[in-house]
Amino acid sequence: MSVNTDVKTYTGFRAMTLVCMFILYAPLIVVTAYSFNASESITTWGGWSLRWYVDVFSGPESAKFQQAAVNSFSIAIIAATTATAIATAAATAIVRGGKYRLRTPSLGLITLPIMVPEIVLAVATLIFFNSIGFTRGYMTILVAHIAFCIPFAYLPIQARMQGIEDTFEHAAMDLYATKAQAFRRILFPLMMPGIISGFLLAFIVSLDDFIITNFVKGAGVETLPTAIFGSVKQGLKPNIMAISTMLLSLSVVMVTISYFVSKWDNTK
Amino acid sequence: MAGGAASGGSAASDTYKEARHWLLMPSWLVLGFFVFAPVCVMVIYSFLTKEFRGGVIWEPTLAAYDQFFFDRGLFGDSDPTLQWTYIEIFWRSIWQAGLATIMSLLIGFPTAYFIATRPDGTRALWVFLITIPYWVNLLIRTVSMKFLLRDEGPMNDALLNIGLIGEPLQIINTNLAVQLGLFYSYLPFMVLPIYASIERYNFTMSEAAADLYATKFTTLRRIVLPAVKPGVIAGCILVFVPSLGAFLAPDLLGGAKNFMIGSLIEEQFKGNAGNWPFGAAASMILLSMVLVLLLIFAQQQRRAGAAT
Amino acid sequence: MNDTVEIAVDVRDAIKRYGDFTALQKISLGIRDNEFFTLLGPSGCGKTTLLRMIAGFEDVTEGGIYLFGDEIKTLPPHKRPVNTVFQNYALFPHMTVLENVGFGLEMKGSSRKDAAKRAGEMLDLVQLSQFAKRKPAQLSGGQQQRVALARALAPSPKVLLLDEPLSALDLKLRKAMQIELKHIQRETGITFIFVTHDQEEALTMSDRIAVMSAGELQQLGAPRDIYEHPRNMFVADFIGDTNLLEVSVDKITDGRAQCHIGGGHELICDAVDGVSVGASVHLSVRPERLVLSDQASDGNSLKGTVTENIYIGTDISTMLDLEGGPKITVRTSNTERGNKRLIEPGSPAFVNMEAGAARLLVD
Repeated sequence: MSVNTDVKTYTGFRAMTLVCMFILYAPLIVVTAYSFNASESITTWGGWSLRWYVDVFSGPESAKFQQAAVNSFSIAIIAATTATAIATAAATAIVRGGKYRLRTPSLGLITLPIMVPEIVLAVATLIFFNSIGFTRGYMTILVAHIAFCIPFAYLPIQARMQGIEDTFEHAAMDLYATKAQAFRRILFPLMMPGIISGFLLAFIVSLDDFIITNFVKGAGVETLPTAIFGSVKQGLKPNIMAISTMLLSLSVVMVTISYFVSKWDNTK
Repeated sequence: MAGGAASGGSAASDTYKEARHWLLMPSWLVLGFFVFAPVCVMVIYSFLTKEFRGGVIWEPTLAAYDQFFFDRGLFGDSDPTLQWTYIEIFWRSIWQAGLATIMSLLIGFPTAYFIATRPDGTRALWVFLITIPYWVNLLIRTVSMKFLLRDEGPMNDALLNIGLIGEPLQIINTNLAVQLGLFYSYLPFMVLPIYASIERYNFTMSEAAADLYATKFTTLRRIVLPAVKPGVIAGCILVFVPSLGAFLAPDLLGGAKNFMIGSLIEEQFKGNAGNWPFGAAASMILLSMVLVLLLIFAQQQRRAGAAT
Repeated sequence: MNDTVEIAVDVRDAIKRYGDFTALQKISLGIRDNEFFTLLGPSGCGKTTLLRMIAGFEDVTEGGIYLFGDEIKTLPPHKRPVNTVFQNYALFPHMTVLENVGFGLEMKGSSRKDAAKRAGEMLDLVQLSQFAKRKPAQLSGGQQQRVALARALAPSPKVLLLDEPLSALDLKLRKAMQIELKHIQRETGITFIFVTHDQEEALTMSDRIAVMSAGELQQLGAPRDIYEHPRNMFVADFIGDTNLLEVSVDKITDGRAQCHIGGGHELICDAVDGVSVGASVHLSVRPERLVLSDQASDGNSLKGTVTENIYIGTDISTMLDLEGGPKITVRTSNTERGNKRLIEPGSPAFVNMEAGAARLLVD
């Protein structure tokens, strides 16, 4: 190997990066591989098989997981959509509302759910629902998810909007568009990459949430993470690996979409 | 993403200033009602008397905080002595989160630096690879870690097979497992902000340092590190804060002996055995610690911003 | 001045304040119909603010703005029959060139089809028809500039506002666009209000120029008027190169002022209003109006020593130290005749000028 004379690069940093990648991916790859294990046990390798995927859809626990999946996805879609709509309106007010006294407090309120540790937010939400007499269940999960998804939807939208110069709206208004028309025809289409990124992030955050859901779900209502957690507490089983692998693939698909959306710059 | 205080930009574009209060109304209502109000109610609960079936009696008391710090004997009438049980749990949480942060920094900094010095084409791909695990369900990642680290798990299998160890390493249910779990959970949070600041670093400065006879190590220590310090601090906060209140890694990887704040709080709300005011008080103490950290962080970032 | 000329935009005592900061201090000016009018000044002088007030993007703190006699200061931008060519063009990136140009007409209520037809005609005018279906990002800077112009002209505005539209173009393209813009202005007969910080651009294109500085109107006039007869130090210094000499006025007779500069050199120049005997003021004289010679002339003649000759292509710039201290620069055209007049550095020389070449400045 030749001596490294480039002042920018450091010998060994490449190796550290590969270690980092190994640490990040090894557990995921191992679980994916073992989800195709034909063996009954999670310890011994019994050859390749799809039996645990079949088990997820028709095995003894399939009804439980299917109901959890329906809950998880319906909550994630409704929560992410609502949070994205709220965040889009808020970003417009923060980025295009000029300077005003309520601006900084509003921004603080919007980012509050990501400042407060998740377990604290979970405790607070549980206590609050209890104190106002809400019965815990599907609706409490949904409402909590809408609230804590807002900052995740908000940040990409705000970042995007800051990249759009206001001369675009000014040009539209100069060309006889009303403010509403300027928003609908110019600003909104230009914000679209940010809105999609925000929605995807909110969706995945809702789908992934365990702690808050676990606190506010009440008896009988499960989402995928709480169902998986309950199952894991009784021991690792191969069907969990199969479910995990499916959720993992979904995440990879979504992050890939998000990656391409972030490269899509329609202001240039 | 915690701690990334968004400024909202300094530009005073005001195209939609007439509508601004209407546009903010939905977020005020939802967040005010379901985030801000709950945190306020939690503060109140921490000063209430516990009810035995999980819940509260509306009588103000400092009992929850008292229980956290002091031991008054079995019947509550002895002289108060400092109660170490809970302080120890907090201390262990800080220690575990700290070690996880240091591990992330040691691996994350070289990674971020390496990625930032890649050519334009491959750089985006590396960032993408770092981002993927962040999008994967935390529970699934923790379960994967548990699976990998088990006594009969693939890691021990592999080590036994190549003859590096004679008998399986017992990692699961140790402090080390929790540190590894936290480190693994939040590693992308360390890499991404450091990467962002190194990407903005002007590498001509490294060349200038080398030109002025600095060794590569001195250049890294005296020139690069000070320049990217805000990113490093941001990364440390983003790993430390969620590690401190983590629940999944200690619960799934640590077992009963390696209790952290998250588990302590969770236990107070489980079934009828819990103590809601105590859980609220412990949450308050955690929240205060985090807010102090975030304030220090904000101050740091402001100073860094003012310096440039 | 001809009173029968119609005033397109009338700015009356307009003041603009941002908090404590006054961006525009009581500006009044009348921009005539069909004229190419330029607001010229350094950055921060308030020229863009004034333009944005006419467009409707900034409100008027005090005073009024009238468009063909109608008060417009309370109208929102989309109700003002003026259109703007923005500095960075602000072409809508997600729309095609044709959709961009048709946008204003569509907003005014034309059907999509009519808007597209008229947009096509406008693209013909700027010779970009073949790019109608492209996105703005696929065009060069100069082409984008012409699309922005076509878009602003398509709804037939009564007044066209141009906010430093050429500043992003390279020198050659900018010169070509200056001529094209002037040409389009004559052809359409629309009043153009053009903002620039480039004095050469302003002199080239404008019918009249308003020179602004620090939120105030410094001088309003035709290009020649402003260049030849700057009213004050700022205008003399900002427009073109000039020699600014401190002078004391000794005597004024028959419209002629007799003065002296440092070192005792005597000078005679045209008297101006506001400068009286005994006043210590500045005198501006353009380097190209001075003549270098080895002998004194009958009129104004200053004796000094050449310190340096600088070759700048079309001209040669000669710097001199006058006897008693003042420095002066003379510009000689790079012609056979001019080159004969050059004098080597270190040699004595005379700087001769006609009385009309120098101009006393009010402040």
